[in-house]
Amino acid sequence: MAKDNDILIRVENLTVGYDDDVVLKDLSFEVRRGEVFVILGGSGCGKSTLLKHLIGLHRPMSGRILIDGDDIAAADGEDRLRLLRRFGVMYQSGALFGSMSLLENVRLALEEFTSLDDEEMDLIARMKLQLVGLAGSENKMPAELSGGMQKRAAIARAMALDPALLFLDEPSAGLDPITSAGLDQLILQLARSLGITFVVVTHELASIHAIAGRVIMLDKQTKGIIATGRPEELRDHSDTPVVRQFFLREAETPVHAKP
Amino acid sequence: MPPVVDSPALPVTDVDAQHAASLDSSRSEDGALTLTLGGWLDAHTIPGHWKKARALLRDQKPPRVTVDASHLEYCDGAGIAMMVDLQRRQLAAGGTLEIRGLPERYQSLLELFKPDEFQEVARARPVPVCFPEEIGRNTAIILEDIRALLTFIGELFAALAFAIRHPRSVRWRDALLIAENAGVNAIGIVALISFLIGLIMAFQSAIPMRQFGVEIFVADLVALSMFRELGPLMTAIIVAGRSGSAFAAEIGTMKVNEEINALNTMGLDPVRFLVTTRVIAAVAMMPLLTMISNLMGLLGGAVVLMSMKYPFVTYLHQVRGALKLEDLLGGLAKSLVFAVLVAGIGCLRGLQTKKGASAVGISTTRAVVSGIILIVLADGAFSVAFYYLGI
Repeated sequence: MAKDNDILIRVENLTVGYDDDVVLKDLSFEVRRGEVFVILGGSGCGKSTLLKHLIGLHRPMSGRILIDGDDIAAADGEDRLRLLRRFGVMYQSGALFGSMSLLENVRLALEEFTSLDDEEMDLIARMKLQLVGLAGSENKMPAELSGGMQKRAAIARAMALDPALLFLDEPSAGLDPITSAGLDQLILQLARSLGITFVVVTHELASIHAIAGRVIMLDKQTKGIIATGRPEELRDHSDTPVVRQFFLREAETPVHAKP
Repeated sequence: MPPVVDSPALPVTDVDAQHAASLDSSRSEDGALTLTLGGWLDAHTIPGHWKKARALLRDQKPPRVTVDASHLEYCDGAGIAMMVDLQRRQLAAGGTLEIRGLPERYQSLLELFKPDEFQEVARARPVPVCFPEEIGRNTAIILEDIRALLTFIGELFAALAFAIRHPRSVRWRDALLIAENAGVNAIGIVALISFLIGLIMAFQSAIPMRQFGVEIFVADLVALSMFRELGPLMTAIIVAGRSGSAFAAEIGTMKVNEEINALNTMGLDPVRFLVTTRVIAAVAMMPLLTMISNLMGLLGGAVVLMSMKYPFVTYLHQVRGALKLEDLLGGLAKSLVFAVLVAGIGCLRGLQTKKGASAVGISTTRAVVSGIILIVLADGAFSVAFYYLGI
């Protein structure tokens, strides 16, 4: 397949699930370079499952996931490692290494993949931590931090090598509104200044409106995508009641009660 | 407002592509240094150039430095870090540094960082301690640990007493499951180790005894040492390594996941809920395992003597003559105490777990180490007691 310069991730007819249990079937979508792409949907619709497939943790049942033209689902060994190095991932609960300080967590990728000096790595790591508002906490251990700080540290770690693509799993869940808004601004700033492409899994409405360029919404019943587009278009013009409900933050019952 | 990406032709890092950075320097007559950066600056291309720029600043000590960044194709966080680094070095040396021609989109990134904020180079965790301080610290830790141990023993016995008075309050289903994991599943390894110990002991002692023609007393030796000492001791050590550690790891992980807090807030005492079942299971299983160990040890001794042409009946007769009922009962009494110690300390270390994955590892290690130390201490106490009781 020819390398398409505008498309960073292309998902084709993807079916994912565990054992015999199909979670999502026949998904196709594209993520463009430099955009903030949001995957949303209700609880249990398979957002996190989809993300785990996109980052190559699980093999899909069928279909292809092309990152910059290379199929991560089919890659093995050296090829897979090369592909993995193109992106960074922030996990839902941070997944910081508990036996390392924050600075060491961020430095890890620099130590393993570059030939920088100690003090150069320190400086880069400290700048990443400052970027996410954690200056001064370099020598703290992850266990000493609040949940929000751990998430921000995890973003700093994912950015250590300045990958062109960052996957964030529920970055603002469980954060206070101020921190959450700060994180949104950070994402936009990074997208603009460095051209980083973001794939964000979230269901925080405020955050979606603040950052999302385009969204796809997954649905548990149809096991597929029920909406694609800009968030405000979906909110105002979607034909599907569930989508409007989601954006207007309504409970499920009123739809049937309405005339 | 949806974000608008400012330029569609924005270059993107691609680790596969072979990019390179360049750094040229020139010096004007008044001593000002000009560094011209070009190409692709990222964490992979930058290391050599960064070092060179630092060396230039250090060796030439220029009062003014100009960084010409107008030829940059791409510059990510590592490139920005290099500029910040040069800025802070100039600042510390009392000079000036000006960055010229940095493309707009990188300029905004550079402005996020103030070089004076990175002045002092923070080094990792302070490792304090001179020798006296270390002694004091460790003494305090040991005293604290003894206090925790005593408190825990009190809690444990209160919980056990409660369990005896209210047998319905014990979660027997959990206890059975633990008994299976810690007891039944340990039969294989206990049997194997005891058999080998009996065999080795008999073989080692048979050689010198043969010189006096008293090989048959090997049977006495194996029987007495297995029943009185090695059977209970080896079983307890195996259970400490196998199940004491498992208790510590499981309860420790529950502590890390706040499950212990959940139990507390539900009004369930973790000691009664988690520890009682484990101690009961261990106390029920340890004597049985010890008997298996005793028998397997005898069997190991029998193999050696039979290989020396003694009939099995003779061996059995000799063993029967050597052993008294007190030997068996004394050993079993020990094993009951060992069971309480091993299960109790495993659970205590689990409950003492601090935060994080490494804390679980530390707890597990401590469970096995403290378990073995307690077993040996208790064994010593038993020897003295048995001596005075004439058993």
